[in-house]
Amino acid sequence: MAKSMPEMEEYKYGFRDEHKAIFQSGKGLTPEIVRTISEMKGEPEWMLNFRLKSLDQFNKMAMPKWGGDLDDLDFDDIQYYVKPSEKQGKTWEEVPQEIKETFDKLGIPEAEQKFLAGVSAQYESEVVYHSMQEDLEKQGVIFTDTDTALREHPEIFREHFGTVIPPADNKFAALNSAVWSGGSFIYVPKGVKCEIPLQAYFRINSENMGQFERTLIIADEDSFVHYVEGCTAPVYSTNSLHSAVVEIIVKKNARVRYTTIQNWAPNIYNLVTKRAVADENATMEWVDGNIGSKLTMKYPAVILRGRGAKGMVLSIAVAGKGQHQDAGAKMVHLAPDTTSTIVSKSISKHGGKVTYRGLCSFGRDAEGAKANIKCDTLILDNQSTSDTIPYNEIKNDNVTLEHEATVSKVSEDQLFYLMSRGLSEAEATQMIVMGFIEPFTKELPMEYAVEMNRLIKFEMEGSIG
Amino acid sequence: MATQFTIEGLKAEIEGKEILKGLSLSMKGGEIHAIMGPNGTGKSTLASALMGHPKYEVTEGSAELNGEDLLEMGVDERARAGLFLAMQYPSEITGVTNSDFLRSAINARREEGNEISLIKFIRQMESKMKELEMNPEFAHRYLNEGFSGGEKKRNEILQMMLLDPKVVILDEIDSGLDIDALKIVAQGVNAMRADDRAFLIITHYQRLLNYVKPDFVHVMMQGRIVKSGGPELAERLEAEGYDWVKAELGIVDETVGQA
Repeated sequence: MAKSMPEMEEYKYGFRDEHKAIFQSGKGLTPEIVRTISEMKGEPEWMLNFRLKSLDQFNKMAMPKWGGDLDDLDFDDIQYYVKPSEKQGKTWEEVPQEIKETFDKLGIPEAEQKFLAGVSAQYESEVVYHSMQEDLEKQGVIFTDTDTALREHPEIFREHFGTVIPPADNKFAALNSAVWSGGSFIYVPKGVKCEIPLQAYFRINSENMGQFERTLIIADEDSFVHYVEGCTAPVYSTNSLHSAVVEIIVKKNARVRYTTIQNWAPNIYNLVTKRAVADENATMEWVDGNIGSKLTMKYPAVILRGRGAKGMVLSIAVAGKGQHQDAGAKMVHLAPDTTSTIVSKSISKHGGKVTYRGLCSFGRDAEGAKANIKCDTLILDNQSTSDTIPYNEIKNDNVTLEHEATVSKVSEDQLFYLMSRGLSEAEATQMIVMGFIEPFTKELPMEYAVEMNRLIKFEMEGSIG
Repeated sequence: MATQFTIEGLKAEIEGKEILKGLSLSMKGGEIHAIMGPNGTGKSTLASALMGHPKYEVTEGSAELNGEDLLEMGVDERARAGLFLAMQYPSEITGVTNSDFLRSAINARREEGNEISLIKFIRQMESKMKELEMNPEFAHRYLNEGFSGGEKKRNEILQMMLLDPKVVILDEIDSGLDIDALKIVAQGVNAMRADDRAFLIITHYQRLLNYVKPDFVHVMMQGRIVKSGGPELAERLEAEGYDWVKAELGIVDETVGQA
């Protein structure tokens, strides 16, 4: 009954276009490069100082001793800044043709833009295209790239930047703080509910270029925003580094949902720090999909610091040959009656490795707090592995913590059942995998759910046979 | 072409233990055959081996559907060739809705670009579900997850109706059904009776055969068919049990292990 399946030899989005960057910083990292980046961006003095201090910090800190294998990561072999073109396009017509073609290859339908509140697509290190619907603007919502925000909204920027994740938080946060470029900045004023998701689409393009985007979202009291980003990167022979920092501030009674799907080429190190703070009765939701990369280390966090704050992390990780997904979540309960939910779904295949690494912490004041953690792993073959590493810290007696973990394989009987109705082995496996991640995909906006299913389908082809 | 399903000298084993010991059976379109027999005589093995369950290894014999060698085919190819097995223990697939699954199964039989339209599919599914007195919400439930035994069986019949197979094997479809559900399932089978479709009903009991009249009844013991007859054979088995068959044939232990 074994049938041979077509192997996916090449990474589907592994094309490169001929777009020439205007400035490339060259490889390696020195204070001069940091100065040049800051100068080219015309940044204020305080940001230059912030960057230089962060660089010091980065140099002082040791590489993490836990998580994935970082031995092959050579900081001197990475290009830290590439500026793609002189100015940002304000309308779709102004966006350079080659870049449009790249977006076409990624399959972003132009019609989709009409439905998007604002499209902010990061191409290499700068946001080249950015548009925003007028009604959002009228409501006082700021949705721009982070560099522009620093120039045009200096007060609100400086008040919040680096407050959730200080440069000394970890080595990669320090690195990002020194060389950050691009990313999204969102400010939602009091009481404003953004009905349509705000979206950004970006990809790495220059070989050996680190992408260090920096996203800052501030949701003022009683507001709501859903931010969505998806990402694919082309294949390169040498290692690339992606190290983003995402800071989110959710004020009293506000709600923020942050949805990501990342589909990295198999040579990318994806080392990301994502953290939100949630005030009284605020809700923070991370919906986080990780496919591909050589190594991903990512643990979206919510600091529940106001009474009744809620946090959620819903994630999937897919690891194939030579890939390690070391992903999870952190929930830090600092206030009474805070609640958190973590649902982690992992799939390993072709010898891939998935690790769930999670922290659930209850501080002394977390009276009546509740946390629920559910980790499910689906292993598709005997070469693949999974690990679950939960850390719990409990400093208050009156809390509830539930943890459930399952590891399963695609069962022979399930495959037989589906195939007996005419589905091929590949279709049947895909259906079982889709069903497994359904709690995740059903939370995605429609077009992302479609893309997710397409990615999983490509990932599953060649998994069996 | 008139459907012709032929099994000859079929031997099959599980984990090295032979269960089927040379079974032969021939069925034509329009016919309903029943295979009866006590537990442990190889009835369900026959069903699984014909469908191609990987646990069962066919060591000898042949099974052909309209001249095509089924045993050379993968499970999915057998299904697409027209074989359907209503299972005794259908699997549960979480996260996959019944309707998504059914549509994929229908489309697996169609050329790419010629998939069934969503509206047409929904109409077909809803009308068949109505015939089977299934709650419409079952279309949106995850495949067999949390279904009762009877609901699972009805769902098997629903699949049979939508997939329009040439040869239907019903493996103990009557087990776990109350009398009302049994009648509905029987109605579903009767509604599917057609000149180009053959049925093989595997059952312990004559009960189902009160509602679905078989043309031929076979008794299975020790991994092969030991006696065949018409509907009257089923009635006698129901009234008198299997001992007279064993006595007639000089069989002491009817199960496969001892032969």
